[in-house]
Amino acid sequence: MANLAWKTFKGIPLALTLVWIAVFAAALHFMDKSVIAFLGILSSIVLVYYTNTSKTIKLVIGAAVLLVIIPLVAGENRYYMEVASQVGIYVAMALGLNIVVGFAGLLDLGYVAFFAAGAYAYAIFSTSQANEFIAGNLFPLSGEWFWPFLIVGLIVAAIFGILLGLPVLRVKGDYLAIVTLGFGEIIRIIFNNLDKPINITNGPQGITPIPSPELFGIKMGTPFFFYFIVLFVIAFIVLANIRFEHSRLGRAWIAVREDELAAQSMGISLLNAKLAAFATGASFAGVVGVIFAAKQTFIDPTSFTLMESIGILVMVILGGSGSIPGVVLGAAFVTILQVQLLKEFSNFLHSLQQSGIINLPNQLDPSKFQRLVFGIMLILVALYRPNGLIPAKRKKSDLDAIKESEFSKQKLGILGKLSQLASGKQS
Amino acid sequence: MALLEAKNLTKRFGGLVANQDVSISIEKGSITAVIGPNGAGKTTFFNMITGFYEPDEGEILLDGKSIKGLRPDQIASRGITRTFQNIRLFKEMTALENVMVGVHSRLSAGLLGILFNTKRVRVEEEKARVEAYQLLEYVGIEHIANEAAGSLPYGLQRRLEIARAMATNPQIILLDEPAAGMNPRETVEMTDFIRKLKRELDLTIILIEHDMKLVMGLSEYIHVLDYGRKIAEGTPEQIRNNPNVIEAYLGKSASEVS
Repeated sequence: MANLAWKTFKGIPLALTLVWIAVFAAALHFMDKSVIAFLGILSSIVLVYYTNTSKTIKLVIGAAVLLVIIPLVAGENRYYMEVASQVGIYVAMALGLNIVVGFAGLLDLGYVAFFAAGAYAYAIFSTSQANEFIAGNLFPLSGEWFWPFLIVGLIVAAIFGILLGLPVLRVKGDYLAIVTLGFGEIIRIIFNNLDKPINITNGPQGITPIPSPELFGIKMGTPFFFYFIVLFVIAFIVLANIRFEHSRLGRAWIAVREDELAAQSMGISLLNAKLAAFATGASFAGVVGVIFAAKQTFIDPTSFTLMESIGILVMVILGGSGSIPGVVLGAAFVTILQVQLLKEFSNFLHSLQQSGIINLPNQLDPSKFQRLVFGIMLILVALYRPNGLIPAKRKKSDLDAIKESEFSKQKLGILGKLSQLASGKQS
Repeated sequence: MALLEAKNLTKRFGGLVANQDVSISIEKGSITAVIGPNGAGKTTFFNMITGFYEPDEGEILLDGKSIKGLRPDQIASRGITRTFQNIRLFKEMTALENVMVGVHSRLSAGLLGILFNTKRVRVEEEKARVEAYQLLEYVGIEHIANEAAGSLPYGLQRRLEIARAMATNPQIILLDEPAAGMNPRETVEMTDFIRKLKRELDLTIILIEHDMKLVMGLSEYIHVLDYGRKIAEGTPEQIRNNPNVIEAYLGKSASEVS
């Protein structure tokens, strides 16, 4: 029954989506700091995704919600913009990991190392830290440098990805997971200890104050600006994901994921395909790392633990490995659960406790149950939606377009021999 | 000169000698069968030709040039392709995309080209798509172009695997039990199809098969392996009457009885 209902489900009517957006936008505007209203407006993105209308209209509504409505109604509230940009950071990272795990099927448990590489690249050179090992007192750099450093972070992380990938990608499956886990930890420990003999990372003390981005002399240090920066980066990463997914490279990645032997006999070099996936995924994490460093203004190695890698992996698997909308939803869901729902629920119970209604032992504080909740969610997803919240689907090709293509006039590839041989026989 | 020449190939797995001193030479445009009882080393031989195993001894020459020690993908781009005994399609991808993967090594799009979706990449993609569709038409399964490969019935999966192999633009195609699990009618269709590949596209075909009717009807030349050694070679007529072959398949006493 439920299945049937799902199949006949055509999408949410456009009007309902618009009403939803309007109601929650108004609610957020009038009721200050209403968590439900804020979640309502965020979840309207999911509604838009499932709305029964053309792609262009969905894109326009989605962009309007993200670029206009949310900043308008929540822009003054630091807290909401903070949550939204944090969600964005994780969405961007999960999309990067999606290339490695989702497309190429390489289980990478050390992904956060690339994030760290990007973050440290910006942190070291934008503060006076770099003076420790580069002569000439050239540093700190101003916040204007944030923008070029987005590219630098990308390149540094990509190089890290290739250097790590070369030895690591010789193993596969469970072994790869363990080796990447090890490398992820090694990178963190190196950053933790690279304060002597030459002080490069300032070790466990971390690096501060990392300058906020600046543009034409305007300091963009508030969550409001980071929200837009993150949105811009996500747009870029989503576009890259979509383009890769249905390209020569994306097909090679999926072929490698599905069957390495068959992929090789189709002329795909395993090492090249895997390295490309590793480097691409890493480079996205690097960009996000730069933003993270600028947003936090302080970084130290404790931000880059194994738990972070696992958290991002959970987002990918929960949302739907290899599915771009799925991964976005998974990342948003997990992050909101972490930074908002559990915290709010804790606060709520605390307030009850203070007013003496319940007696809550400290151990039962919900915000301490993050891992338990992760675990339960993963089990539920594995049981009921094994392919994730929004499973990956391959795009169907437009067969009419193929038939009408100008290339259809002649036989291509090996079939080109058909006409050659036929004419050869005639002569 | 033979198109493909395997000289004295030996492959050991620990104490087991899977192939010993196997020499097989293949003429351009021929249909050759490699037969033998289960465990005779036929698939090991295929795996050495296609680069999945490196021979312990011996030499493999394609057009007179050694291809020994090359990776499978390098051998594929030199024009040797294969299908697998237990069909190995990319199950989640559509049929059309499976064939497009075969075009991979003839495309040149790189990371940046794809990212910026350059004109060259778009043209190349469209061409690859058309080529893949034409191949599906050629093997007669264009109606399932948009179905996920894993959801197709067995017979169509076999055809799709051949279409995918053809997309690498090979000179030689190795078919590992192409008619396994097929009913007699499907087997006849497959036989006709393999003949068509040779006739229309000038492909050189090497096949492993257990269905003797297919082997005898189709192949021009047959090599017989048993316990890793080549025990006979010849035309189907010669093989049918070769006492060594009869012994390998039926045992000694049976050959004495007959």
